[in-house]
Amino acid sequence: MPALDLDRAWDLHPRVSVRPEPFGALLYHFGTRRLSFLKDRTLLAVVQSLAEHPTVRAACTSVGIDDAALPRYERALATLAQSSMVVERTP
Amino acid sequence: MTLLDALTKQPAVKKEPGTRLVDLFEYGLDAPICLTWELTYACNLSCVHCLSSSGRRDPNELSTEEAKSVIDELQRMQVFYVNIGGGEPTVRPDFWELVDYATAHQVGVKFSTNGIKISPEVAQRLAASDYVDVQISLDGATAEVNDHVRGPGSYATAMKAMQNMYDAGYEGFKISVVCTRENIGQLDEFKAIADRFKAQLRLTRLRPSGRGADVWDDLHPLPAQQRELYDWLVLHGEDVLTGDSFFHLSAFGDALPGLNLCGAGRVVCLIDPVGDVYACPFAIHEEFLAGNVRSPGGFQDVWQNSELFRKLRNPQNGGACNSCAFFDTCKGGCMAAKFFTGLPLDGPDPECVVGYGEELLKNRKDKDKEPPKSSITDHSHRTTREGRAGRPVPLTLGLRPGLERPPVSACEENPLAGFAPAAGSTRCGCGDGGCGS
Repeated sequence: MPALDLDRAWDLHPRVSVRPEPFGALLYHFGTRRLSFLKDRTLLAVVQSLAEHPTVRAACTSVGIDDAALPRYERALATLAQSSMVVERTP
Repeated sequence: MTLLDALTKQPAVKKEPGTRLVDLFEYGLDAPICLTWELTYACNLSCVHCLSSSGRRDPNELSTEEAKSVIDELQRMQVFYVNIGGGEPTVRPDFWELVDYATAHQVGVKFSTNGIKISPEVAQRLAASDYVDVQISLDGATAEVNDHVRGPGSYATAMKAMQNMYDAGYEGFKISVVCTRENIGQLDEFKAIADRFKAQLRLTRLRPSGRGADVWDDLHPLPAQQRELYDWLVLHGEDVLTGDSFFHLSAFGDALPGLNLCGAGRVVCLIDPVGDVYACPFAIHEEFLAGNVRSPGGFQDVWQNSELFRKLRNPQNGGACNSCAFFDTCKGGCMAAKFFTGLPLDGPDPECVVGYGEELLKNRKDKDKEPPKSSITDHSHRTTREGRAGRPVPLTLGLRPGLERPPVSACEENPLAGFAPAAGSTRCGCGDGGCGS
């Protein structure tokens, strides 16, 4: 499982499409043809703001996730990393 | 009782709304996750269990331009991919044009085929595309079992198509199997075929829909086979796809992987070849018809606002199943299976593994109640497979309507050929006055 380092830059995989839904969002990876679900609008906001921030931590802070909630989102993002929905930014 | 009555009756026990995804999905989504689009009723085969009673093209099928505007709409709604089927979709002359149009508009395509058009060249082309997934139907691991259901030669066609896909280097195409009484014993053989072609096995449930209603009694798996299937699925879990179609088997033990939810009108729907939108691909019946993509609001309006879909987007009414310990995962099974076997929608599935369905079916027969038949046009071939297999075909010889006698051959030598005596003079003889006297 690729470890997700909060202090590095990550992006949504370029072949992943995001569709917001009332409960959160659907993610579809055109490469792996896998579907994932985000059960939470805040997680959706993080995923959408990854590209604008130098680190995952900064992206989380920008959408108002505090230190107490951070581990929960770190775990969720790590799960997304496992299915290649999010990938580490390559320079 | 109509469908809508059954669904709007309030459940006896009102449950707190859950927070699992499946609970959220019960309220429906802004756009379908899994959209089946049958492009044509035309098919080179006449499978006995065809869900859509396909065979002959319907003259009212969507044109290329209409199909493209549906794709534009799917792109706007962010429908990630469509499952294209039929009929045999590849026999539509504009099939590849539509596939290219969809993938160029961020709508991925998975299409189901019997393999008839999957030549080595087509397979090469498919292998080069990232956005097209292929599913080849096979209902027997041997020609004998397969061809009994899908027709003579269909096993050879499918195997040739798979070989072409494999030779072209397309890895991970799907082999789709409808599980029947005759092939449940071949599950390991199916898996071996899939492994041999580097394909993925997909097992789905036989539904009593379309022509499937005619053969369901003889072909649906027996209770012991359902157990065999469940155990096999538990063992092979992640490697094998099921289209989430066996959630009624959850009552054997742990829930199978998947959403375990009737997605009809909530996350799933069907667009048929003439643009009609149904709640699911197994429910081509006017009771499940939500609208047509040709209507002014298009597909989006049907999906988001149709009265039928709004009714379906409520937690399922368990009815007779509410007290069952397995209702949480089984959810009373498949709506279409209940409907087409004449069972109430708020009760057990006809293949309920606890046995409640069987009881109900028995009672249904006692009452002499006929299961509902769809009034949607039957597109089955008019000839039967037996007729083509060398048996005599009964014919009635006669003249074409409007033609009183056979046309005159150009080689006719009789000088009176083609002469039609005036009406009233056919008895002949001058006494009739026919000589002008």
